[in-house]
Amino acid sequence: MNDFLDNIRPYLSTEVFLLALVLGAFYLGIIIYQKTKITLLQPLLTAMVIIIPFLLITDIDYQTFYQNTRILNFMLGPSVVALGYVLYEQIGHIKGNVVSILTAVFTGSVVGIASVVLIAKVLGADKMLMASLAPKSVTTPIAISLAEQTGGVPALAAAFVVICGIFGGLVGPIVLRRIGIKSKIAKGLAMGSASHALGTARAMEMGALEGAISGLAIGIMGIMTALLIPFAENLF
Amino acid sequence: MIRGSFYILFFYFLGEMLSKLIGGFIPGSVLGMVLLFLSLYFKIVKPESVKDVATSITKNMAVFFVPAGVGLMVYARLVSESLAAILIAIAGSTVLTIITVALVQENFEKRRAKNKEVKE
Repeated sequence: MNDFLDNIRPYLSTEVFLLALVLGAFYLGIIIYQKTKITLLQPLLTAMVIIIPFLLITDIDYQTFYQNTRILNFMLGPSVVALGYVLYEQIGHIKGNVVSILTAVFTGSVVGIASVVLIAKVLGADKMLMASLAPKSVTTPIAISLAEQTGGVPALAAAFVVICGIFGGLVGPIVLRRIGIKSKIAKGLAMGSASHALGTARAMEMGALEGAISGLAIGIMGIMTALLIPFAENLF
Repeated sequence: MIRGSFYILFFYFLGEMLSKLIGGFIPGSVLGMVLLFLSLYFKIVKPESVKDVATSITKNMAVFFVPAGVGLMVYARLVSESLAAILIAIAGSTVLTIITVALVQENFEKRRAKNKEVKE
């Protein structure tokens, strides 16, 4: 078995195989999600559940995997830029909402940072952990630089961003229904503010307006959080 | 396709440059989004030229998170030591953020609708 693995590993560690693995696993995730309609079975989660054990069993390290699939990670940037177009398409709905959108995201940013830091503190987290948790609601590139600024671990911050994104994407629509939110702008804004691009992916499923507003929220939340984080340090 | 991809990368690049100029606290991609939006709004770029590419990549954003998501395997031990605290803090805070943002925005909209009724 080990000899066999050693023989095929060079082929499995290639760009073409690992990219195909990611897209295949994600595609399978989409099929499962569409067939079952179970919110927890997000394609991203399914893909992770397939790929992580696969890498562990075949003994391919994360660095190798990451290097060979970095084109996908790179695409995070252009996909955020492309949200500018989606926003443009929906501009008619935003007119007259500028003040409320800025107020809502600012309040959300204060609540989000303060609550994650304080809950973690009560549960005994140390400063390094709190600093890595604080920027959890913003998109990965922002979160990494903010965590660094305040003494957190960039890689941990990135992991928390993903956890926060998955969780918010999962429960966001349920919470919004529970508290009886009707406004499409409010729904999109909440998804993007709390759970960045993953919340936006879910908001896109709700509708184009929700998705576009959610994309806008990623940007505003990123800027607000960057401005607020230095004050959050006082809470640690 | 080519034209759209070019515009998106072009504004991404401009965003990155601008980000460097202001000390990096707003990422280039977010600034690129704002720049692309402004160019469309002020009719510097035709919407048709970016429509197809922009629509297809934004519809499938979650797949771009797979490499970062799989990265969790590296921090499994570190995370598992404080797993409960981390999960409770993230879950609680995420729900609070969603509720706050949604309620503030919806109340603004309701109040404005009421003001309109009064005027009419």
